[in-house]
Amino acid sequence: MRRLLTRTRPTTDPDGFGLADARATPAVAKRPPRGDRFGARDLFAEATFGVGARPGRLILTIMGTVLGIASVVVTVGLANTTAGQINKQFDAVAATQVVVEPAKSTGGGQTRAKARIPWDAAERVSRLAGVESAGTLAEVDVRGAQVTSVPVNDPSQAAQTSVPVLASSEGLLETVRGVVVTGRNFDSGHDARGDRVVVLGARAAESLGVHRVDRQPSIFIGEDSYTVIGIIDDVKRKTELLDAVILPMGTARSDFDLAAPAELQVRIAPGAGEVVAEQAPIALDPNSPDGFSVKAPPARSTVQQNVQADVDLIFLALGAVALLIGGVGIANVTLLSVMERVGEIGLRRALGATRRDIAAQFIVESAIIGLIGGLIGASLGVAVVVLVSALQSWVPILDLRVVGAAAVAGGLIGLAAGFYPALKAAAIEPITALRRGV
Amino acid sequence: MSVLDVLLDEQPAGPVPAVIEFAALTRTFPGDPPVVALHPADLRIEAGDYLSIIGPSGSGKSTLLHILGLLDRPSSGEYLLNGSPTGAASESDRSRLRGGCIGFVFQSFHLLPHRTVLDNVLLATLYSGVPRAERRDRAMAALHRVHLDHRVDFLPTVLSGGERQRVAIARAIVAEPQVLLADEPTGNLDSVNSAGVLDLFDELHGDGLTLVVITHDSQVSARAQRRVRISDGRLTELA
Repeated sequence: MRRLLTRTRPTTDPDGFGLADARATPAVAKRPPRGDRFGARDLFAEATFGVGARPGRLILTIMGTVLGIASVVVTVGLANTTAGQINKQFDAVAATQVVVEPAKSTGGGQTRAKARIPWDAAERVSRLAGVESAGTLAEVDVRGAQVTSVPVNDPSQAAQTSVPVLASSEGLLETVRGVVVTGRNFDSGHDARGDRVVVLGARAAESLGVHRVDRQPSIFIGEDSYTVIGIIDDVKRKTELLDAVILPMGTARSDFDLAAPAELQVRIAPGAGEVVAEQAPIALDPNSPDGFSVKAPPARSTVQQNVQADVDLIFLALGAVALLIGGVGIANVTLLSVMERVGEIGLRRALGATRRDIAAQFIVESAIIGLIGGLIGASLGVAVVVLVSALQSWVPILDLRVVGAAAVAGGLIGLAAGFYPALKAAAIEPITALRRGV
Repeated sequence: MSVLDVLLDEQPAGPVPAVIEFAALTRTFPGDPPVVALHPADLRIEAGDYLSIIGPSGSGKSTLLHILGLLDRPSSGEYLLNGSPTGAASESDRSRLRGGCIGFVFQSFHLLPHRTVLDNVLLATLYSGVPRAERRDRAMAALHRVHLDHRVDFLPTVLSGGERQRVAIARAIVAEPQVLLADEPTGNLDSVNSAGVLDLFDELHGDGLTLVVITHDSQVSARAQRRVRISDGRLTELA
């Protein structure tokens, strides 16, 4: 002992325990310098040992927190990601297409149109804000005439399915986002003059055996010849155009007595659906706008958004419940650990630990457990969001601050969960505690 | 600053108070009728004493140990540690006194099973204000003192009972207390290991440490310089 003492013991008496002290000195130990007291460093070292002593139990303890934090991160992440996805799809065809048709009224067993789409409908609506292009379309009644590339009058021939004949205005092709594969589209001049020209849909061209238009091939509707000036393909709407022979509106009017366009296709700017839907009928017929029915995309998919919001709410609620269970789990296991470590608590008290030191150790242990759970849960959540996005070919969108906050939230849950066990630990009397082994 | 330093000094200044002094100290547990665990007792333990307290179970040994170790408060009377009254000290001051002035050795060792021998010894430096820079050196010195240099990085679970108790003794002396309180230190040991621990106590006593050993074993008690018998809560010093 002497060797130990002479080596380490200072000659002064900083702790105030010297025998030379007068009897009057109260038995209050002078506090050692702050750096030598049981401080944050010691606290964290001890708490870390406490946490790491039982790795198997640690995994079970953090499970609830991991799942809770992960589900919150996944919910927020997938909500952001799908929201981004909806924004992207907003440019898509369905959201930028408006269709105007005459309203139908049913009476006396007959269905009749309440209004007539004017010939210049495309021109009228194209002045509206938000309209990018417009085109009219009508089915043409060819009165049983066959569409053929060579007029053969062969009575023995079996009846062929007829190629449908449609009439459109010049702007329709652009409106339905079709492309001219070869040749050209007709223009307003053909329309105005009633020229006998046609454009073929790609499949119609194939069935009629027309592959090139540079030699000005003709097709016959009944016995009248029409010059093919172009072949179209790749329409995004009205795919029946690909199977049809398409006449200029003016030609159909003069040759087949077309009464009126059947519908008006309008291509609009994203978000203009509501405005166009309201204004288009007025532009078509200011006196009786009620005569038209308009199919326009909703302002945004409100129903979908509502459903999404409900789903998010449910997941967040589940996450909150999981977090609550996680917190209770941590509290439970920490309480169990306090009961198991009564001997250790007694020992520490005997070695000079105050109640506060004991409480602090268990609170920090619990907070560390929560933080570990939070970190693992947040990582797991990010991984799930990325994985789901990868499978769906989405761009994962996740605010990293949310991830950080989620991890910290785990620590806070641990902190909160540690209070009761820490109070229990602090209340343990060292006398009773020391009767048990460590 | 300790008993030992003062003993080493040629000329101690002023009158030397006893390390431990009981003045008409009693301990009564409330009940109907109240249980008197300790009748009014006077006891004076001087620096460097090696005192044993012997008594059968139920005689009040544990009560005495708890009061000596500042784990319990007397019902009346005063307990002077180094001449300073402890009765009025706050709970946290008593904790600090426990850490700085008293070293405990328990029957069942009370070593943390998941921590190395060195960590177990270092545990006592955490709460007693040992300067941070000296902690490791002091712990190594204490382990050297109990002849366990070769077990520093072992876990207590792989040590023999005698070695475990020596680790506990190293832990008790690392903060350089004024008094070492041993509660049945050989209760869990065989005769060979018991002898080793008692030899170590003799060495420590030889170096000037004040020792109080509480036991029911008269052979253990016989090794002490002073012997006090406790029976039905009454203390009598044996000649």
